[in-house]
Amino acid sequence: MSYAAGVDVGSTQTKAVIIDESQRIVGRALIDTGANVVAAAERSFAEALASAELQEPEVEYIVGTGYGRYRVTFGNTQVTEISCHGRGAVHMFPGTRTVVDMGGQDTKAIRVRPTGEIVDFCMNDKCAAGTGRFLGAASAALDIPLSELGGIALKAERPVRISTTCTVFAESEILSWLGKGKKIEDILGGVHHSIAGRSIGLLRRVGIEEEVTFTGGVARNIGMIDALNRGLGLKVNVSEDSHFMGALGAALFALDHIFASREASHAPAEAAGALV
Amino acid sequence: MDEQQTATIVGRGHDEGARLFREWFEGLNASAERGDPAAYVFVMGSMAELLRVFDLPVVFPEINSLQTAIRRVAHEYLNQAEDYGYSPDICGYVKADVAVQLRGGVHPMGLIPKPAIAVLTNACNTYIKWAEIWERMYGVPVFTLDIPGTRAAGTQTWPGDRDFKNDCDYVAAQIKELISLCEKVTGKKFDIDKLREAMHHANAMSRGWKRVLELNTNRPSLFNAVTDGTIYLGVSNAFRGAEEGAKYFDDLVEEMEYKAAHGIGTLVDEKHRLIFVGVPCYPIFRRFNELFSEWGGTFVNSTYLWFAAGGANRGFEYDLARPLESLAEGTLISVRDAMDSMFYQDQALAEMIEPFHVDGVVYHPIKSCRTVSTGLADNRRALMASRDIASLFIESDMMDRRVVSEAQLKNRVDAFFEGLESRRLAASR
Repeated sequence: MSYAAGVDVGSTQTKAVIIDESQRIVGRALIDTGANVVAAAERSFAEALASAELQEPEVEYIVGTGYGRYRVTFGNTQVTEISCHGRGAVHMFPGTRTVVDMGGQDTKAIRVRPTGEIVDFCMNDKCAAGTGRFLGAASAALDIPLSELGGIALKAERPVRISTTCTVFAESEILSWLGKGKKIEDILGGVHHSIAGRSIGLLRRVGIEEEVTFTGGVARNIGMIDALNRGLGLKVNVSEDSHFMGALGAALFALDHIFASREASHAPAEAAGALV
Repeated sequence: MDEQQTATIVGRGHDEGARLFREWFEGLNASAERGDPAAYVFVMGSMAELLRVFDLPVVFPEINSLQTAIRRVAHEYLNQAEDYGYSPDICGYVKADVAVQLRGGVHPMGLIPKPAIAVLTNACNTYIKWAEIWERMYGVPVFTLDIPGTRAAGTQTWPGDRDFKNDCDYVAAQIKELISLCEKVTGKKFDIDKLREAMHHANAMSRGWKRVLELNTNRPSLFNAVTDGTIYLGVSNAFRGAEEGAKYFDDLVEEMEYKAAHGIGTLVDEKHRLIFVGVPCYPIFRRFNELFSEWGGTFVNSTYLWFAAGGANRGFEYDLARPLESLAEGTLISVRDAMDSMFYQDQALAEMIEPFHVDGVVYHPIKSCRTVSTGLADNRRALMASRDIASLFIESDMMDRRVVSEAQLKNRVDAFFEGLESRRLAASR
């Protein structure tokens, strides 16, 4: 039995996934990236190995992804998180044609073919508005843990309108609403609608085709799922492993390589692999 | 293949282009030191053929500005203009030029002469406001040549149409006014034979420019339209109507034909043939191209080589038997084409996909030029609706390093190539 791994080094968190030949997840890890990107990649992989009860030599091929993909020094190659999230989402939800990936510093809208091949993609540009970082700013301004924001936002009755597109200015706008006596749930409702609105704008750029799958760390936020569902007028696919979708996609590309290498050893034709 | 001949010919356009460009700036420096009058012009409709008749050295502020970015000092110029009061949102070319003027013409390539006249067209709306700055700074006359544009996509007027004649008459009347103004500014009489000579050289250059672009249908591609093409473009503008310019393009055609005959490409291993749409990212010019060449990608053509050549890519050749009338026709057709290359390029791109064996189209809207960037999203949609072609939409700037994020560009470019390779793999199955 061969194993393949994907290590997704994101701006906020690093994720590692190990899969077996049947594409089943056998190990995973999630840690904060911190300042030492190389160490974060190594530690996440080590933790994923431990959770899979495997030794490093048993993992035949490793793909790095995410902004720190070139810092996965022990990896065999790199694939962008755009391709990896597309691939992971189609694997998890085969009906997926559009992916919205909301991470710490960027949000991606990706349109895919049934094979997982990328048709088009779009990302936020040089600004963290509409990303997880915006939620981080709200968490800091309101002194509420990040994990509780979504649940509180769901209670909003009259969400405020957050007009700023700047994450830095978001804090002062939130404080201004507090000063006007607005309820915290209404402010958080407004924050979630604001982020969802910007993400839907990106999705419209690539063209929204059902099914839509929501991936990335923010997919764990129930308030954001609700805001996207309302904004899009449909129900987005969300998996318990949405946070690991990039790492899973990377692991799938790694597995492609393993199979392609085997085929190539039998046939001189181009390896039937994929990107790696 | 004769190695000695190869060494002589291959790369000549690059080396000679760089030499001519240096000499051109040295000439401007000498003019500035003597205090000679100069004509400030723009790449879309420079009227260089006519201005040569009056021995007016032509200054292209757009080229001066982009040179500050290539030489990695643009931020100094942009900051100076912003300190003076210009907004970060204003065209970076304008701001760098304002700083050059505030510095008394001091520029990394030498001293830039002051204007005695400014000649512009309506091809870019910023040209008009830009020239007004010089008008206020120096009190010089500003001449705006109003070129009738395409009324709607694909509906240009052509010889034989009544509207074409009307449009030409309108341009011809303005050219006559420009001649009178040049006579007044320089104190020199208009010489039609001198104009004919400049038009003769311009004909050779337009013919050569068109041929060079066509030759890049060759596989492997003979030159990179973004990196090499920009050098050729510089000569096309700076030496338009000059004998050196005509010789340069004759030689360039010879070089490209030689490369085509001997299978000499711009990349050792060409994997992906791309078209570039927009203005280059000058602040990281070399690195920007490497983001593509590292994947075996090369640009086989670029809309920049069309509009920033003032439409010379059309290869319009003047009829020297009726120079003024023909100058009006050529100006109308070429400048109109330059405008269409910015606003209506989707059809032209669609028609290039097969002959140029194009794998993908890269759209590069830039923050500080709304004129060239505004329609790109719409054009991209139109192209993708009409053809099954991969495309990439990446944004940065032609001048301002503050809005160029290499990490974000690389992420998008890498994903684009991953998509291209998946697409190729799927097609091969």
